[in-house]
Amino acid sequence: MSQLSNRQTWLTLLKRDLRIAARRRSDALNPLLFLLMVVTLFPLGIGPGPDILARIAPGIIWVAALLASLLGLERLFRDDFQDGTLEQLCLLPQPLAFTVTAKMTAHWLLSGLPLVILSPVLALLLSLPLQGWWALALTLLLGTPALSALGAIGAALTLQVQRGSSLVSLILIPLFIPLLIFATAAVENASMGLAVHGQLAILAAISVLTVTLAPLAVAAGIRMSVN
Amino acid sequence: MVFDSFTDFVAMGGYGLYVWLSFFLSFVVLAGVALETLLAKRQLVKKSRQLQQRQQRLARRTASRAAVGDGNEPKT
Amino acid sequence: MWRWLHPYAKPEATYNLLQKLLPWFVALTLVTLITGVIWGLAFAPGDYQQGDSYRIIFLHVPAAIFSMGAYMGMAIMGGIALIWQIKTAEWAIPAIAPVGAALTIVALLTGAIWGKPMWGTWWVWDARLTSELILLFLYVGVMALYFAFDDARTGAKAAAILSLVGVINLPIIHFSVEWWNTLHQGATITKFERPSIAASMLIPLLICLAGFAFLTVSLVMMRLKNEILRHELHRAWAQQRLEQD
Repeated sequence: MSQLSNRQTWLTLLKRDLRIAARRRSDALNPLLFLLMVVTLFPLGIGPGPDILARIAPGIIWVAALLASLLGLERLFRDDFQDGTLEQLCLLPQPLAFTVTAKMTAHWLLSGLPLVILSPVLALLLSLPLQGWWALALTLLLGTPALSALGAIGAALTLQVQRGSSLVSLILIPLFIPLLIFATAAVENASMGLAVHGQLAILAAISVLTVTLAPLAVAAGIRMSVN
Repeated sequence: MVFDSFTDFVAMGGYGLYVWLSFFLSFVVLAGVALETLLAKRQLVKKSRQLQQRQQRLARRTASRAAVGDGNEPKT
Repeated sequence: MWRWLHPYAKPEATYNLLQKLLPWFVALTLVTLITGVIWGLAFAPGDYQQGDSYRIIFLHVPAAIFSMGAYMGMAIMGGIALIWQIKTAEWAIPAIAPVGAALTIVALLTGAIWGKPMWGTWWVWDARLTSELILLFLYVGVMALYFAFDDARTGAKAAAILSLVGVINLPIIHFSVEWWNTLHQGATITKFERPSIAASMLIPLLICLAGFAFLTVSLVMMRLKNEILRHELHRAWAQQRLEQD
C-alpha cells in the first residue's frame, strides 16, 4: 500500500468521520434539536414579551450553544476508542496532534457550522433585533471552533471514565466562559447599533489560541487514555 | 490596641458579626484541610501495619512449606 | 536540567526533605499568622469609610492571592510530571488541589461576608468574586477528573493536562470577567481593588500574606508526604517511616 501524504491522510480521516456521521444522522441532529428546544423553553418560562427576550437573547442562545456542544462530544472519540481505531490513529506516521485536527474539524462541521446556519431561526424566536443577527452568526462562526477544540480536550481526557459526560461538562464549562462573555457582548452591542470590532477581535484571538494549542492537549489525552 | 475595651473589640464598631464570622469560617475551612491530612496519615499507618502483617504471614507460610518439603519447591 | 533537582525524583529523597523542612514551615506559619491576625484585628487603625469591617481584608486578600498561586504551582507540577515523567510531581497534584480549593472557598466566604455590610447583599457579581468562583470550578474539575480514574497514575496525568489547560485559560478568564464586570456595572468601583492602602494597614496585611504563604506550603507539604507514603506503602523505607512518626 502506498504511503499517503499528510494532506491525504487528513482528508481521509475527515471524510471517514463525515461518512460515519451520515450513517447515524441522529448523533449529529440530536444536539441541534436539543438547542432548539432549550431556546423554546425560555419564552415559555419567562413570558413572551419581546423586550425581555431580546435583552437576554444573546445570553440564552450562547448558553444553549455551549450545552448543546457538550452533548455532541460523546461521539467524538468514544466509538473509535472502543473499537481500537484510536490506537491505530496513534500509530500513524503523522503526528497525533495533526491527525486529531481532522476529527475536530469533522465535529465542528457537524455541530458548529449547523449552529451558525440555524442562528437566524434562533434570533427570530427570541426577538433579537435585526441588526444583531449578523453579529450572532459571526460570533458563532468565530467561537464554535474553540468550543469544538476545548470539547475535544475534555473528551480525550475522560475516555477511560465510565459515564464521563457530566464530568466533561464540569471540566469544560469554566473554560467556555471567556467565549461566552465576549460573544454575548458583541451581539448585544450590535443589536444596539454600537461597534463590535473589539469584542469580535478578542473572540477571534481566543479562538485562534485555543484551536492552535488544543490539539497538543488532545493528543496527550488520547495517548494517556489508550495506554 | 485601637479599641477602648474588650467589649468594643468584640463589637468591631457594629460589624462584629461579619468580622468574627469570617475569621471563624476561614479557620474552620483551613483547619478542616489540616485535620483531613492528619486523619489520612493515621489511616496510612493502619494500612501499613496491615500490609506488614500480611507480608509476614505470607513469609511464614512459604518458610514453613519449605521446611516441611511438600514437593513443591517455592521460588523464594 | 538543574542537576541538584535530580535526586528528588526519588520519592524517598523528597520525603526526607519534606520531613526536615515541615517543622520549620509550621513554626513560621504559626508565628506569622498569629502575629498578622492579632495585629490586623486589634492594632491596625479603623478604616475611614468602612469602619472595622475592613479587617476581613487580612484574610480575604491573602486567601485570594494564594488560591491562584496554588493553581499555578499545581500546573507547574503537572508540567514537570508530563515532560520529565517524575512520579513525585504527579503526586503533588492531588496534594495541592484541595489546599487551593480551600483557599478559594475562604476567599469566596470572606468576600461574600464582607459584601453584606458594604453592599447590603450576601453576594455580588464583583469581578474578583466571580473570578474566584470560576477558579473554584476549575479546582473542582481537576479533583473530579483525578478521582474518576481507578489508576492513580492515569488520573494524575489527566489532572496534569487539565491543570495546564486551566492555567493558560486563567489569565484569559480573569481578563474577560474584569471586562464583563466594568461593562455591566459601569461606574461602580469595587471595594476590593484598593489603589492605595495606609502603611499602618499594609504591614499587618503583608504579615498575613506571609502567613498564608507558609500555611499553603505547610499544608501542601503535609499532603505530599501522605501521597508519597500512599504510593510507596509496600516499600520497606515507607513502612519504617510510618512507625517512626
